[in-house]
Amino acid sequence: MAVVKPKVDAVIVGMGWTGAIMAKELTDAGLRVVALERGPDRDTQPDFAYPRVVDELEGSVHRKFLQSLAKETITARHSVKDTAVPYRQMGSFKPGTGVGGAGTHWSGCHFRALREDFNLRSNLRQRYGTKFIPEGMTIADFPVTYEDLEPHFDHFEYVCGTSGKAGVLNGARIPGGNPFEASRSREFPLPPNRNYLGAELFYKAAREMGYSAYPIPASNASAPYVNPYGCQMGPCNFCGFCSDYGCLNYSKASPNVSILPVLRLRKEFELRAHAQVLRVNLDKERAHATGVTYLDAEGKETEQPADLVLLCAFSLFNVHLMLLSGIGKPYDPVAGTGTVGRNYSYQNLNRVTLFFDQSVQANGFIGIGGGGATFDDLNGNQLDSARAGFVGGGVIWARQPGSGPIRGITTAPGVPNWGSAWKQGVKDAFRHSFYYEVQGACMSYRSNYLDLDPTYRDAFGRPLLRMTFDWNDNEIRASQFLVRKALDMCKVLNPKALSGDAKKAGEHYDITRYQSTHTCGGAIMGSDPKTSALNRYLQSWDVPNVFAPGANAFPQNNGYNPTGMVGALTYWAARAIREQYIKSPGALVHM
Amino acid sequence: MSDKAPSPSRRRLFKSLSLAPIAIAAAGCAREADKPAAPGAAAGGYRPAFFSAAEWAFILAACDRLIPADPIGPGALQAGVPEFIDRHMQTPYASGDIWYMQGPFIEAAPQFGYQGRLPVRDILRVAIKGIDAHCARHFNGKNFAQLDHADQETLLKSAETGKLELENISSREFFNQLLNETRMGYFCDPRHGGNKDMAAWKMIGYPGMRADYANWVEVRDQPYPLPPVDLAGKRG
Repeated sequence: MAVVKPKVDAVIVGMGWTGAIMAKELTDAGLRVVALERGPDRDTQPDFAYPRVVDELEGSVHRKFLQSLAKETITARHSVKDTAVPYRQMGSFKPGTGVGGAGTHWSGCHFRALREDFNLRSNLRQRYGTKFIPEGMTIADFPVTYEDLEPHFDHFEYVCGTSGKAGVLNGARIPGGNPFEASRSREFPLPPNRNYLGAELFYKAAREMGYSAYPIPASNASAPYVNPYGCQMGPCNFCGFCSDYGCLNYSKASPNVSILPVLRLRKEFELRAHAQVLRVNLDKERAHATGVTYLDAEGKETEQPADLVLLCAFSLFNVHLMLLSGIGKPYDPVAGTGTVGRNYSYQNLNRVTLFFDQSVQANGFIGIGGGGATFDDLNGNQLDSARAGFVGGGVIWARQPGSGPIRGITTAPGVPNWGSAWKQGVKDAFRHSFYYEVQGACMSYRSNYLDLDPTYRDAFGRPLLRMTFDWNDNEIRASQFLVRKALDMCKVLNPKALSGDAKKAGEHYDITRYQSTHTCGGAIMGSDPKTSALNRYLQSWDVPNVFAPGANAFPQNNGYNPTGMVGALTYWAARAIREQYIKSPGALVHM
Repeated sequence: MSDKAPSPSRRRLFKSLSLAPIAIAAAGCAREADKPAAPGAAAGGYRPAFFSAAEWAFILAACDRLIPADPIGPGALQAGVPEFIDRHMQTPYASGDIWYMQGPFIEAAPQFGYQGRLPVRDILRVAIKGIDAHCARHFNGKNFAQLDHADQETLLKSAETGKLELENISSREFFNQLLNETRMGYFCDPRHGGNKDMAAWKMIGYPGMRADYANWVEVRDQPYPLPPVDLAGKRG
């Protein structure tokens, strides 16, 4: 018999960015909130304390801050014809665990989507005709506009102490920022970070190529900062341990640094770590959630009744919980029916590496996750899709989150993997090379989706989530186009050697190679309950007292990192709950 | 971080003293390409707790081939890589702690990664046994460690490309894991048993665990000046 806890107003599943934002907003509104986090509680002290935190073996090999796949993972296959096999060793993407979630080990790139990213489908049809979007590509407009989200983008940047430079401020272009961005209502809370060599040279090469480079908006503080909640940040010291690591210096925004210090003091808020949510409990009609069932730290099955259930897990696991709990109808790619699992998309990441002689001090060990430079000349409406031969643009950037030898040293083309020549190769490359990356959008397709695996189970006996995903021609062409542009640009800098990894025609998705943790879609927001799992307030169409904020809501992924958008959407949903739902619980959008 | 060096612990002092003669020995034999590595010789007196004597001989010989001692920098043996691997094999990581280990185990395209049921430490064990058996068949009863360097390198290359056929295990998977372990042992913080004296960090110019470069971000005209520091606060 499950232990039954006293009922609360809202239960939150997962204590990463979305969970922390929801907990803050809902306790602000006076609700009693319980948050259930599957991993341990974590904070800067002691978990990210120097020097232990910067042990590369523990951070990047044992992956001590990430999810253990032994307990929960996914299965993957390239097409419906294949049998999926488990994601046994971490590679392509890295879900977090513990309080802070992936928000502790992210890099800090903090973008707003472009205005045209919101109405992608109708914009492409308008620009290139109604037949331009290929058959099987299921991209859709977001059911919100940039203007809807602008105040929330703004607020989230101020919560995170984002360092950057506005390019368009209240409609007026200003030098130094991104000239193609949608208008901001305020300048960034902090000025841009200083440039390491790779970023400095990026500006030079971009200028020569006629691109408008600007500082990547970085939630890595360029100066001391106090956010609107009173949480403090210290200036980033370029330690080089962002991705995979919690910040040792209170410099990288995270739920732990930017929101939890306030939440932890609130009577209305209770955080239970090591609480593994197994399912959302629904009434007989599957139209109302009564709470969730979880395993407590001792493994005791426990029920937490609640009026409101907020799925704030990592995007893939939000979809997993919806499928396991019977929230909404599972997507069937053959019939084209159902919504949960639909429109899974990813990110099209490619890298070019530049090698120089010993006189060039690139110092890749100096790192800042979100710092660097990028440009939007090949993104959004700047890209002529008809000429380029693909839809969805992307950015090229200089980013240097910090490298160490355990994380791998990329050697120049022709260097073997071992022996004396390898030693010479790593010695030559380590301090004298840097890389630029191409981060492309990833469209959604009828054939790329999520459902439950028929064979494999997690440590709790539940079917694993199954990912059916492969690259489509559109993304392969995008990769080749953007990498070619990046290589052209690199030649301006006269490197001694240059390598690039554009995808080849017919290349399949390789889940063993780290690319990006930007797994998107699967429980998307939309304006039609037949083709979306969530309405414009991230509320389940089918079970209106369930909300599922996260990148799972993206109908497709754009060329930017998702966190800025995820945060803004979560604040947007929280406002709808505060201002509309609490007064009158029920569906916020009526069809 | 402060650049003041804390006084080295007695343990570290002992280690660096005990390493000195080995470093000389390893450098001295760098050019003798045809001599097999003497088992146990260049491992800093470390006694393996995970590997058997036969496995240990293989690890010493293979590490010496993958990262040989030469004028560029220390070899794997000098850097304590075998000690690292032996200790690493005893961690939860090597027994599959963060891998999904449940069946069924079915074959899949290489883009889905290793789909067998062995954790790292057993991948190494099973493959070492298989390679030694292969050597015994093809080299008059000799094991891998007893082959000359050229033959060892040929075998490692055929494992790297997956051409070497082994029972029960993919030679390519084994090679990837072994190479990974060897590189980790070479470049890890010394507390894990490898990278003795931070010699591998010094070779590539890695400042180690300093984790504060605020005053060097914009310096372009000179190499980063400070030597490495390890997690224990020792300076290299």
